[in-house]
Amino acid sequence: MASVKLDNIQKTYPNGFKAIHGVDVDVQDGEFLVLVGPSGCGKSTLLRMIAGLETVTGGELEIGDKVVNDLEPSKRDIAMVFQNYALYPHMTVYNNMAYGLKIMGLSKSEIDERVKNAAGILELTDEQLTRKPRELSGGQRQRVAMGRAIVRKPSVFLFDEPLSNLDAKLRVQMRVEIKRLQESLGITSIYVTHDQVEAMTLGHRLMVLNSGVVEQLGTPIELYERPASLFVAEFIGSPAMNILDTKISEDGESVDIATNIGLALGNGGLPDYAGKKVKLGVRPEHLQLAEGSENSLPLTVTLVEHLGADTLVHGHFGEDETDMTVRRSGTLKTVPGDKLPISITRENIHLFDAETSRRIDL
Amino acid sequence: MLKRVHFGPSALPYLLVLPQILVTVIFFIWPASQALYQSLLVEDAFGLSSKFVWFENFEYLFEDPYYWGSFQRTFVFSFLVASLSMGSALLLAVMADRVVKGSGLYRTFLIWPYAVAPAAAGALWFFMFNPTLGILPYVLQFIGYDWNHKVNGTEAMALVIFAASWKQIAYNFLFFLAGLQSIPKSLIEAAAIDGAGPGRRFWTIVFPLLSPTTFFLLVINVVYAFFETFGIVDAITSGGPANSTQILVYKVYNDGFVGLDLGGSAAQSVILMGIVIGLTVIQFRFVEKKVSYND
Amino acid sequence: MIENRPFLTFMAHTVLILGVIVVAFPLWLTFVAASHDAVRMSELPLPIWPGTHFFENLDVVLNKGLWGGDGVGVSYMLVNSMIMALMIAFGKISISLLSAFAIVYFRFPFRMGFFWMIFITLMLPVEVRILPTFEVVANLGMLDTYWGLTVPLIASATATFMFRQVFLTIPDELLEAARIDGAGPIRFFIDILIPMSRTNIAALFVILFIYGWNQYLWPLLVTTDQDMYTIVMQIGRMLEAGESVPQWHLVMMTTLLSVLPPVAVVVFMQRLFVQGLTETEK
Repeated sequence: MASVKLDNIQKTYPNGFKAIHGVDVDVQDGEFLVLVGPSGCGKSTLLRMIAGLETVTGGELEIGDKVVNDLEPSKRDIAMVFQNYALYPHMTVYNNMAYGLKIMGLSKSEIDERVKNAAGILELTDEQLTRKPRELSGGQRQRVAMGRAIVRKPSVFLFDEPLSNLDAKLRVQMRVEIKRLQESLGITSIYVTHDQVEAMTLGHRLMVLNSGVVEQLGTPIELYERPASLFVAEFIGSPAMNILDTKISEDGESVDIATNIGLALGNGGLPDYAGKKVKLGVRPEHLQLAEGSENSLPLTVTLVEHLGADTLVHGHFGEDETDMTVRRSGTLKTVPGDKLPISITRENIHLFDAETSRRIDL
Repeated sequence: MLKRVHFGPSALPYLLVLPQILVTVIFFIWPASQALYQSLLVEDAFGLSSKFVWFENFEYLFEDPYYWGSFQRTFVFSFLVASLSMGSALLLAVMADRVVKGSGLYRTFLIWPYAVAPAAAGALWFFMFNPTLGILPYVLQFIGYDWNHKVNGTEAMALVIFAASWKQIAYNFLFFLAGLQSIPKSLIEAAAIDGAGPGRRFWTIVFPLLSPTTFFLLVINVVYAFFETFGIVDAITSGGPANSTQILVYKVYNDGFVGLDLGGSAAQSVILMGIVIGLTVIQFRFVEKKVSYND
Repeated sequence: MIENRPFLTFMAHTVLILGVIVVAFPLWLTFVAASHDAVRMSELPLPIWPGTHFFENLDVVLNKGLWGGDGVGVSYMLVNSMIMALMIAFGKISISLLSAFAIVYFRFPFRMGFFWMIFITLMLPVEVRILPTFEVVANLGMLDTYWGLTVPLIASATATFMFRQVFLTIPDELLEAARIDGAGPIRFFIDILIPMSRTNIAALFVILFIYGWNQYLWPLLVTTDQDMYTIVMQIGRMLEAGESVPQWHLVMMTTLLSVLPPVAVVVFMQRLFVQGLTETEK
C-alpha cells in the first residue's frame, strides 16, 4: 500500500509540444483516483508517466514516499491494466499471469499460489488458465489482464481505459467488479477514462484534465454540484448542462436570461460583474415545468426522447432560438411544436466568467 | 517506424545490428565500391599493372556492338519472359479463381516449379529439346521442322525464354490468384446485375482492379529475367551459339572470369547496378503507398 | 461464381488441367529418363513412360559415381547443398531478426544510417558484384569453405524489412506490459518477440531454404575443391560432360535429386511457402 504524490509534474516532448502543464495531486493510500477528460487531454500520458513508460520532464513523482522519476516501470511497485489488455498472445492465461513473477524470481510454488489465488478472486476456472488469450471472450480477457495486475501484489494499480473495448452491458458489470475489487483489496488505484459515468461511479476523487491542465480535482459530488469551470460543467453530467449567454443587470442584482426575464441573485448580487456578459449553466434535470408562472421561458419543443424512466425534451426559446434540453423523470406527454413553460431557480444555476470560463461564486 | 515506447540508450542496439552491418559492408558495400573503382581502371594482360583511365571502359562498352547486342537481347528476353509468364499465369489464375472445387489441388500442381533451381530448370528443358534425342525435336520433325538450338540462335533464345517463363509462372500465378481473390465479390455481383457477362466483367472490372498486382509483377519479372536467369542460360546454352543468348549478367561473368577483362567487367557491373537501382526505385515508388519509410 | 454456366466451368477445368500438364511435363520426362537404362536412353524416340531401372540408377548416382563408376557418388553433394541451404536460411534469419529488433525498438545515433545501409543491399544482387566479392572472399581465405559459400549471401534487406514489418504490427502495449513485468530487451526479444514471430520465421525459412539450395553462380565461383560441390552445380557440369558421354538416365537422375528437396518443401509446407512469398514481396 502506498500513496502517490505528484509535484508539479510536467511533460514536454522533444518536438517542443507540452502535453502536461504541471500537475499536483496527493493520492492517499487506498484511494481511487480517476483521471478523466476528452481524448488528447493528456490523461493517458500522465498515467504512463506514473507507470514509468513515459519520462517525466519536470517535477517530482513519489510512490510510497520514494522519488521514482528515474526508476524502471518494474521497480516502481505498480501494476497496469491496458486498454487492449496487452496479453501475450502466445502464452497461456496462467503464463500470462506468471510471467512477471518468474522474472521477479519467485519460487514455483509461490507463483502457483498467487496465480491460483488471483484466478479465484476473478472467478477464472482452472480450464481457462490453460487457454490462450484468443480463445477467451472480451470479458474474460479483461479478467486475465486484471489477474496479471493482482498477482504482482503492487502498491498501486494503474488502469488505462480498461473497459472501453467491452460492450455496454459487460462494461457496467466489469465496472462494478473493479469497484468491489478495489475496495476489498484496498490498493491505491489511478484510473484513466474518457467516460464520465465510469469516472463518477468509480472514483473517490476525479481529476478533470483539459489540454494538459487540471480543470478541477474533487469528489464526484463536488464536481457535479460546483463545477470549477465551464469545461467541467459541460463534461460532467449527461445530457450535458445547458449553457446560456446571459448578462448581469446594470445594478448587479439579477441575471437577465432573456428579454424581460430576469433572475434575482440575492446575497448582495454580483456588483463586480454589473452589466457584464456571463455564461449561465443549468442542468437539464434542474429545469422545472412552471404551468401558469409568469417568469417562465416558453420552450418550443423540437424533439422528444422517451427513455422510459426519464423523458428528454429538446427545444429552443427566445428570438435567437437558444437550444435547451430538459430532463423530467417519468413520461412527459408532449410533441414537437408544443410550447412548454420552463422555469429556472436560483439555487440551480451556475455562473461562469465569459472570458476566463471560471466559476463565479455567488 | 519506431515504437512509441522504446528501450533506453545502451550499447545493445549496436551489438544487434553489428552482424548484419559487418556482412553488408564486407560483402556488399566494399565490393560494390571496388567495382566502381575498377570500372575506371585498365589492367594489362598479365594483371601486373593498372592505369586510371576515367570513363574509357564505359566508352569502349558503348562503342562495342557486342555489348549493345547483349543489351538488346536482354531487353527482348525480359520482355518476352515477363509477357509469356504473366500471360499464362493470369489465364490460369482466372480459371482457378472460377472453379470452386479443386482449386487448392490445382494450386499445388502449379506452384512447385518455383522451387526448381534455375540450372535444374535449364537441364529439364535442355533434355526435352535436345536436338539429337529430345522428345520435342523428334515430334517437330514430323511436321517438317528441324529443331537445333545448338546452331540456331533464335531457337536457343526461344528455349531459354521457355525455361525461364516456365519457372516464373508459379510466382505470378500465386500473386494473380491472391489479387483476384481480394477483389470484393460484391463488385462482380453488381456488374453481373448491370448485365455484364463474364468476359466483359473481366476486362472492365477485374483487370483494372488487378493493375497494381500486374505492375508489381512486371517489375519483379523484369528483375528476375535480368538477374536470376544465369543458371538457366549457363545450363542450356552457355551464352551460345555465337553469343545469341548472352544476356548482360552472363556477359559480366564471361568477360570477368573467362575473358579476365576486369575493367570492362566492372564497368558492366556498374551499369547493371544502375539498372537495379532504377528498378528498385520504381518498385518502391509503387509500394510506398502501402509502407511509409519516414521516421 | 455469379451465374451457373456449366460450360465455362468445364472450360476452366480444361485450361487448368492443360496448364498442370504443360507445367509438369518437363519433370515427368526427367522422372521417366531416370528410370531407364543407358541403352534405352540412346534410342529414338525416347520413352515417355517409366522404365524399371529407377532404383538401380539411384544407387549409381548416389553411391557409385557417374562416369563409369569412379566410386564417388553425389550423396555428399546433397549434404553440401543441405548445409549451404540451412546455413543461409539460419544466418539470414538470425542477423535480420537482430537488426530489425534494434531498428524498431531502440532509438540510437546512426539508427537511420544503419537502416539505409541495409536498404542498399537490396540494390546489389550478387550477380552485379561477383568479381569484387569473389576477390574479398579469396583474400579472406574463404574459398572452398562453407563460410565462403554462405556468409556473402546472408545479408538480406528483404528479411530485415519483413521482420521490421512484423514487429511494427505488434502492439506497443505488449512491450509496455513486458517492461512492467520487469523484462529487459533481451528477455523481451526471446520471450515475446521471437515466439510471436514464429510463423513468419517459419515462412521465411521455407523461402530462404529454397533460395539457398538453388544457388548456382556463387558456388560455381568459390568452390574448386570437388568436396565442396553442391548438387545444383553438378547439373551444369554434367550437361557439359553429357555432350561427349551421353548418360541421360544418370544426368536426369541427378537433376531429379537436386529438384526434389525444395519441391517437397513447397508442396508439404504450402501454406508457409505462400505466406513467405507474399510477406517478402519487398
